Amino acid sequence: MVELALPKNSRVQKGRHHPAPAGAKSVKTFKVYRYDPEGTENPRWDTYDVDTDACGPMVLDALIHIKNTMDPTLAFRRSCREGVCGSCAMNIGGRNTLACTHGWEEVPGQTCTISPLPHMPVVKDLVPDMTMFYAQYASIEPWLHTKTPEPQGEWLQTPEDREKLDGLYECILCACCTTSCPSYWWNGDKYLGPAALLHAYRWLIDSRDEATGERLDDLEDPFKLYRCHTIMNCAQVCPKGLNPAKAIAEVKKMLVDRVV
Amino acid sequence: MADFRTPFSRAHGLGAAGHGVGHWITERVTSIALIPLVLWGVFAVLRLARSDYDMAVAWLASPVNAVLLALLTVISFMHMNSGMRVVIEDYIHRRVTKAALLLLNLFVCVLFGALALFSILKVALSGGAY
Ligand code: SF4
Ligand code: SF4
Ligand code: FES
Repeated sequence: MVELALPKNSRVQKGRHHPAPAGAKSVKTFKVYRYDPEGTENPRWDTYDVDTDACGPMVLDALIHIKNTMDPTLAFRRSCREGVCGSCAMNIGGRNTLACTHGWEEVPGQTCTISPLPHMPVVKDLVPDMTMFYAQYASIEPWLHTKTPEPQGEWLQTPEDREKLDGLYECILCACCTTSCPSYWWNGDKYLGPAALLHAYRWLIDSRDEATGERLDDLEDPFKLYRCHTIMNCAQVCPKGLNPAKAIAEVKKMLVDRVV
Repeated sequence: MADFRTPFSRAHGLGAAGHGVGHWITERVTSIALIPLVLWGVFAVLRLARSDYDMAVAWLASPVNAVLLALLTVISFMHMNSGMRVVIEDYIHRRVTKAALLLLNLFVCVLFGALALFSILKVALSGGAY
C-alpha cells in the first residue's frame, strides 16, 4: 500500500549511543534500527562505535561483536554465516544483502546504516516477519508434479535440460530481491514477488514436471505475475548473483507462447 | 489483525484471474505500432506547419493521410488507457477510488479518442466544407 509518510508510531527516532571502549584505535560507527512491537516506544536508531581491531570483517561479525560486548538486547537472525542459509538478509547501507557476506569496509563513509528488510512487518529490531513471503513461495507449489506412474529409478533428464535450472536452483530464499521490489512494496498482498516467481519458473522449465499448463494457469493474473514492471531492483541486489527479472520475463514469454 | 485465515490461504487470495497476457500483448503491440506512426506524425506536422488551411484540408483528404492519422489517434488513446490502468492498479488500493479512477480513465480515453476520430473523418470526408 502506498503511503507517503510513516504512521506516527513507526517514525524512527534518535536512539542511544554506545561509545567505543577506551583505547580503541580505529572505529566504525554502526547505526542500527531498533524496534520492539510489544513495547510502547517508537522505533529508534541506536549507534554503536565498534573497535574495528576487535571485530571480524563482515557486517555480521560486527553485529555479533555488538551483541556480545556492547548490547545483548540487539536481535537479528543468522545461522550459517557463509551465505547459504539466507537468514541474515537485511538492508545494509541502503541495499538489501546478506550481513555475513558483506564486508563493513565495503560500506563507504564513517557510518554503516543497518535496518531490517524494507516493507516487512518487524518482529524485533532486524528480524522481519517472513510469514507471507514463505506462504507465497509455498503457493507456487515448489515440488515436482507428475501423473505418469513413478519410474523404477529416477526421473531422467538430459544434461542440457538440467542446465536450464542453473541460475535458479541456487536461490537461498533470503528475500533480498522481493523486499527490494517496489511492486512488492505497493502490492505485496497480491503480487507474488521476484523470489516466488523465480521458483515458479524453475518448476515451469523442469523437463520432468508434468504440470506446466496448470502452473501457467495459476500465474496468469494481473497481480500475481504482471505487477512486475521490469524495474530490475531484484537482479541488482541478489547476493547470489541470480536474475529474477529475467526468470519473470521468461514466464511472460511462455504465456505468450500459449496464445500465439 | 483479527484474521484467522492461514497465510497460505491469504497468499492464494482469490486465485489467478486467468487473464493478463492479452493486456501484456496489447501494451507491446501498441508500443511497436506507435514507433512508425509517431515518426510519421512528427514529419506530417512539420510539413503542415508551413501550409495554409486549404492545403491542410487537402492533405487530410488523402486516404493514406486520413487513415494513418486516425490510426495514430486511436492507438495512442488505447496505449494511454492501458498505461494509466497499470498506474492506477499499482498505486490505488481503496476499492471505490480504484473503480472510479478506472472508469474515469476508460471514459476519458474513449470520449477524447472518439471526438478526435470523428473530427478527422469529418474533415477527410467533407473536404473541410461545413
Ligand atoms: S533470488 Fe537471490 S535475492 Fe532473491 S531470494 Fe533468491 S537468493 Fe535471495
Ligand atoms: S524486475 Fe520485476 S520483480 Fe524485479 S524488482 Fe522489478 S518489478 Fe520487482
Ligand atoms: S548467516 Fe546464513 S546467509 Fe548469512
